[in-house]
Amino acid sequence: MLDSPPMDPLLDVRNLQTQFTTSGGVVRAVDGVSWDVRAGETVALVGESGCGKSVSALSVMRLVSAPAGRIVGGEIHFKGRDLLTLSEEEMRKTRGREIGMIFQEPMTSLNPVLTIGRQLTEPMEIHLGMTPAQARARAGEILGLVGIADAERRLRQYPHQFSGGMRQRIMIAMALSCNPALILADEPTTALDVTIQAQILELLRSLSRKLGAAMLIITHNLGVVARYADRVNVMYAGRIVERGTARELYANPRHPYTLGLLRSVPRLDEPRRAKLDPIPGQPPDLTRLPPGCSFAPRCSFVVDHCRVERPELELVGPDHTAACWEWKKLHAKVPA
Amino acid sequence: MTAERTRDAGQRPDEILVVRNLVKHFPIGGGFLGGETALVKAVDGVSFTIRRGETLGLVGESGCGKTTTGRCILQLERPTSGEIIFEGQDLTKLSDAGLRKMRRRLQVIFQDPYSSLNPRMTVGQIIGEPLAVHGIVADRAGRSRRVRELLGHSGLLPAMAQRYPHELSGGQRQRVGIARALALEPSLIICDEPVSALDVSIQAQIINLLEELQAEFGLTYLFVAHDLSVVRHISDRVAVMYLGKIVEITDRKSLYESPQHPYTKALLSAVPIPDPAVEAGRERVVLGGEVPSPLNPPAGCVFHPRCPIAVPECREGVPELREISPDHRAACIRL
Repeated sequence: MLDSPPMDPLLDVRNLQTQFTTSGGVVRAVDGVSWDVRAGETVALVGESGCGKSVSALSVMRLVSAPAGRIVGGEIHFKGRDLLTLSEEEMRKTRGREIGMIFQEPMTSLNPVLTIGRQLTEPMEIHLGMTPAQARARAGEILGLVGIADAERRLRQYPHQFSGGMRQRIMIAMALSCNPALILADEPTTALDVTIQAQILELLRSLSRKLGAAMLIITHNLGVVARYADRVNVMYAGRIVERGTARELYANPRHPYTLGLLRSVPRLDEPRRAKLDPIPGQPPDLTRLPPGCSFAPRCSFVVDHCRVERPELELVGPDHTAACWEWKKLHAKVPA
Repeated sequence: MTAERTRDAGQRPDEILVVRNLVKHFPIGGGFLGGETALVKAVDGVSFTIRRGETLGLVGESGCGKTTTGRCILQLERPTSGEIIFEGQDLTKLSDAGLRKMRRRLQVIFQDPYSSLNPRMTVGQIIGEPLAVHGIVADRAGRSRRVRELLGHSGLLPAMAQRYPHELSGGQRQRVGIARALALEPSLIICDEPVSALDVSIQAQIINLLEELQAEFGLTYLFVAHDLSVVRHISDRVAVMYLGKIVEITDRKSLYESPQHPYTKALLSAVPIPDPAVEAGRERVVLGGEVPSPLNPPAGCVFHPRCPIAVPECREGVPELREISPDHRAACIRL
């Protein structure tokens, strides 16, 4: 498989900036972020609503809704080409063919008036030049792969005839159908129940490994990240505030936001705490970000300097960066 | 069960709520000519009690009937059968007027702070409305004083009273929902997934607030949720539901430290732990299959098609919720 060391990343996002014009002003939803995904690995973008994680993925696919939303800067290198310089025609050939997508709401991402069979075969006919019969046969195979039995009958059915978990399996089947090198999974299991969530995530992991596809998983669920990601990018207010291997980041968080997130969730494997440790305050209003560090108003490590100058990502450990002036003070570990 | 028996069997003084054999079936109409063709057995014979001052967690996956159970207790749904005895009165037998009186003592906090607040009312009006409706504080000045007090209890500034819901963040809206629930000084609050729509960093704020309010006002909670970590944190006792039935009920410690029912075990093992080092060494029971439709639940034990320890007998009788050890009940013939 493709996990050999030094090589160019499969996807290399550099200084991406995506903005939305709203009645309240310009929202810098993604404000100069850089991250990459290497062949075969699973990378997570983690953060809460409005942090820019989903917009980052939509930007990669160039699906940010115009005219309100616009990619205003940066580069997105995929297999050596900058996706932002491709024509719309070339981009269409990349979407679905080389980069597969899985969204949170399978019901709204599937077309309700087309059969599952049609939705699965269409991309294979277009991207892979298969005949309808070939695509049909392959669609049956893929349904089996994602654990949907009785493929012949199922292919003739419509999305509403499937349960939520089954629809998400169909989304996965669609994303994998053209053997993409990369899968973007935006909250792939958030709408599902825990026992189904576990099934779907195990399925995604084993299939992406089997097919050698890399995966970008976008989620707010720290447990899901811990279980599935090799490397993690934590986003807050449109920027990456910390990045590292999953193990390093969870064991030694060096940004107060990461530390705060980890401390605020109750954990089943630890003794019950009398009180939870929330992050105080509210998520920021992106049209009115404070100068300096966006997290400063909620930060318990804040010093005057944080409110004046914005910290950039700096190296804080092996393969571990954080954007915090005070990161050295974060030796306090997550309570054990 | 006869009405007389209900009165006799009342409740013990420490029990604020007794639910007995609660059933809620939703008929599915057969097209535009009407007629019932099928029944969704959303809640199918559920019994439990809540003691004064405690928090009972009610967990399960979507469609298990936990929310419907809560709505039946509130009489937002009229149960098909069964008894709901709250502070000595069977709510299922009360008239609308009688219910209105009881509702002062029985309040609710909803999941979605976006759709449960009237967008055309200010926060002050939202919180003040129940005070006016129930004629508790008749004069305006007194009401606005009480609203300010309630805002304070919920951790909001008095100036919030002039704001509209759309001007608030999700966490702030949920605080408004909590203030509104507190307005009538209830004794029991049904919390229906009160934090699941909120961001992780805000969830902990709201959970802490609910616990502080419980201690301050001696509240009792029925905490309906699907997040097992949150339920462990807040509950004194926990009931696990699957397909309209309670499959296990016991105190928090027993449930999380020695779960008995195979469904509870699977549920607990499916929760990812936010720590890669722990996750790497964890053994998991990944359940096959999906939750069957409550339209057509499996015969016998409803869990048997997905159960890792099912035997042929599981298909036959419906297992009774029976005592496995003191104060620990589970519905499984394999135990």
